[in-house]
Amino acid sequence: MARLRITRIWQCLLGALLPLTAHADYAWNFPKPVTPMALDTLQVHNKFMIIVMVIFVVVLAIMIYSIVMHRKSRDYQPAGFTGPSTRAQLFWTLVPFAILLYIDFILMGIPAFHSVVAMEDTRTDADMVIKVTGSQWRWQYEYLDGPAKGISFVSNMTTPQEQINNQAAKNPEYLLEVDNPLVLPTDKKVRVLLTSSDVIHNWWIPAFGAARDAIPGFLRETWVKIEEPGTFRGQCKELCGKGHGFMPAVVIAKNEQDFTAWATSKKAELQAAAAGADKEWTKEDLVANGKGIYEKNCAVCHQVGGQGLPPAFPALTGSKIATGPVLDKDNKMVKDGHLDRVMNGKGVMPAWKGILNDTEIASVITYERNALGNSVGDMLQPAQVKAMR
Amino acid sequence: MSYSTTVDHEEHHDHPSGMLRWLTTTNHKDIGTMYLTFSLIMFMVGGAMIMAVRAELFQPGLQLMHPEFYNQLIGVHALVMIFAALMPAATGFANWMLPLQIGAPDMALPRLNNWGFWLLPPAAILLTLPFTLALFGIGDGAIATGWTFYAPLSVQGGIGVDFAIFAVHLLGISSVMGSINIIVTIFNMRAPGMTLMKLPLFAWGWLITAFLLIATIPVLAGAVTMLLTDRHFGTHFFDAAGGGDPILFQHLFWFFGHPEVYILLLPVWGFIPQILSTFARKPIYGYKAQVYSLCAIGVLSVVVWAHHFFTAGMPVPALLYFMYSTMAISLPLAVLFYCWIATIWRGSMTFETPMLFAIGWIILFGIGGLTGLVLADVAADAQYHHTYFVVAHFHYTLFAGGIMGIMAGVYYWLPKMTGHMYNEKLGKLHFWLTAISFNLTFIPQFFLGLAGMPRRIPDYALQFSEFNMISSIAAFTLGLTQLLFVYNIVSCARGGKKATDKVWEGSNGLEWTLPSPPPYHTFNEQPVIR
Repeated sequence: MARLRITRIWQCLLGALLPLTAHADYAWNFPKPVTPMALDTLQVHNKFMIIVMVIFVVVLAIMIYSIVMHRKSRDYQPAGFTGPSTRAQLFWTLVPFAILLYIDFILMGIPAFHSVVAMEDTRTDADMVIKVTGSQWRWQYEYLDGPAKGISFVSNMTTPQEQINNQAAKNPEYLLEVDNPLVLPTDKKVRVLLTSSDVIHNWWIPAFGAARDAIPGFLRETWVKIEEPGTFRGQCKELCGKGHGFMPAVVIAKNEQDFTAWATSKKAELQAAAAGADKEWTKEDLVANGKGIYEKNCAVCHQVGGQGLPPAFPALTGSKIATGPVLDKDNKMVKDGHLDRVMNGKGVMPAWKGILNDTEIASVITYERNALGNSVGDMLQPAQVKAMR
Repeated sequence: MSYSTTVDHEEHHDHPSGMLRWLTTTNHKDIGTMYLTFSLIMFMVGGAMIMAVRAELFQPGLQLMHPEFYNQLIGVHALVMIFAALMPAATGFANWMLPLQIGAPDMALPRLNNWGFWLLPPAAILLTLPFTLALFGIGDGAIATGWTFYAPLSVQGGIGVDFAIFAVHLLGISSVMGSINIIVTIFNMRAPGMTLMKLPLFAWGWLITAFLLIATIPVLAGAVTMLLTDRHFGTHFFDAAGGGDPILFQHLFWFFGHPEVYILLLPVWGFIPQILSTFARKPIYGYKAQVYSLCAIGVLSVVVWAHHFFTAGMPVPALLYFMYSTMAISLPLAVLFYCWIATIWRGSMTFETPMLFAIGWIILFGIGGLTGLVLADVAADAQYHHTYFVVAHFHYTLFAGGIMGIMAGVYYWLPKMTGHMYNEKLGKLHFWLTAISFNLTFIPQFFLGLAGMPRRIPDYALQFSEFNMISSIAAFTLGLTQLLFVYNIVSCARGGKKATDKVWEGSNGLEWTLPSPPPYHTFNEQPVIR
């Protein structure tokens, strides 16, 4: 009876494990390295793993020999020694430690030294500089020099909530897809400056071998030199709140020519968006534009329907702030009013003025006031937002 | 004192009965029992939390819980397992066995001892209460920052953080009091003739642990107090805008946090050689070398803390210093491994449950130690850091190296404490199921980490599905297996085959000269050691 049940459990287990063999692409080691640092890391890792496995196997073999041979059931008579008793024994006792000393500080220690020095040398021969800012829960990228100088944008995860909630089939790049990937040139040493606008994040692309914390109020740096074009995906790896698992970083590497072409077209696109701030918008256009921005940026806390997750994340439906005045009679921003809260944030609410442009802020505020069960009826023009900056 | 008055004293002791007995007891055996019971209960509580986490991680997508709740579970799981399961288990053994091993009538400071224990249940309630409060709409649940409290995430967090801060204060006070008691007991109450270099290794391990606790707990208390004032009283210790630094918190936290690892392990390193020697029927190998290695590890443990946050950014010389000093720990640790294996070498071994756990412990803890050596390398650490590789590594050190060691101790001393033999067959089944399911849980996590799965994420990309599924199934097995452990302990406490005084054929030491179970008061007249 019991045996039958155990057999059945094994069958269930095997059934669960069988699909494994169907996937040929799952990884047993670091992903294929595309930067010198990642290659170095992989080599160091492989070497160290072999060393520790040899140590493990040798020690385990000694233990197994002892367990098999030195047992009472074989009538093995116990020895009585409590330590090395002759000089020769003492010498042989010290040999393993000499070997370990050699492994620690020479075999492993010297290559590790060179890796560390190379990893931390962000400046020598750097071709361009970018700034990466982490914020809950998205990355912002800014090009500080080179052909793309002046370009800056926000990169959000695009995986829809339905897929996360298992209401829709998952994309192959589930949780690792973004709207605006970072684009970098190949074969250029890119110095990456990192900071954060709220809590500590960590920008990590496994194929680059580079991971560095983004710390609010400080700059940290690392570097990448991507050696082949392609798309590379990673995630935030420092716990940063409820959206920590939903903060991917995606980098597209292009050769120099394609990169310059991309920079030109991206600049034109951003200019067009900035021009949108000077035109007069209708309320319907603002609401329609605001819906997408709301769902991408705000819905994670305030929820798609605006009901929030009280008490941490208040509801917007019927909220005093979202239905209260935006500007006072002198056309100044009302303190702790709707626009103030969206632009400057408070507590857990991030400051959006650095993340969203004027049109986006105006749209999302107009949307929140005229949708989600609210019907204040007024609207905010992008030009008015621009004037508050 | 004549024999008759001693008996009188024991029969008509003026301690109350029932609940009041346990509340007011100053007897080291009672307090030890309470510590061990508390530890077992909290082990199951912390385990239940992680079962829920593994259920959520069984498949990609969010099935069971919101990410906020997930973050609360992982953090409280760690705090409960470290502070409320592992540490009290070691303190419980210390209370029960130190006086018996050194021939003392009780701990030196019995009332402090009672107080030290009774701070624990309120602390455990403080830790877990926010879960319940959230059900009634008060606050937003328990601490959601992971057990490390990293600022500024913890400055941003809800009331769960405050509850956890006060819980840590209570746990810290309890630990410091326990440590003072152990140091005073070991230094002052040894039987005549028991010099420090004749002290059982368990006492040595605990002595060093106690000094580490006294050195580092105040730093943790200071760090979380600074966090509290940052949260509520407008200070800016960890806020760059006010001239503070978030990384300062990490330095302070890990100045406590790294020695904490050894605080959890040193008592186990103390009694494992005693178990090995008992079942190999052979004296402990290299006693002096082990004592010196334990001391060396104690010293090294307070100078390597920054290897927990290499990726936070440090000057190159600091990176190199922390890398090489971390690697240096492998030397005294290798001495210990050498001595453990030399203790069983050419012995006459039998494999009762404590011995199975002790040998499994050497092998699995070895994996934890070796992966730790690899993690010390700063460049490769950029890849390992904050991935499942680290999760697997520290579960090899803390579950295999800590909890499986504690289990070895439980089976070893349970017959002495209860006077009954536990069910040997069930014990062996418990060992094999634990060892196999533990490995099946955590070996896949090494590969997950290498493939790039960050830790502390409630949902994961599709390429991580298969390993997570294996890990979850094995974790459920591991969790259910522990019910066998509880059943075996409870039935052993209630009855069973009578244990002899010596219990084990090869047992050696003062505690095995006493009856099983030992009377309420022991060594009223101290034995003389020659």
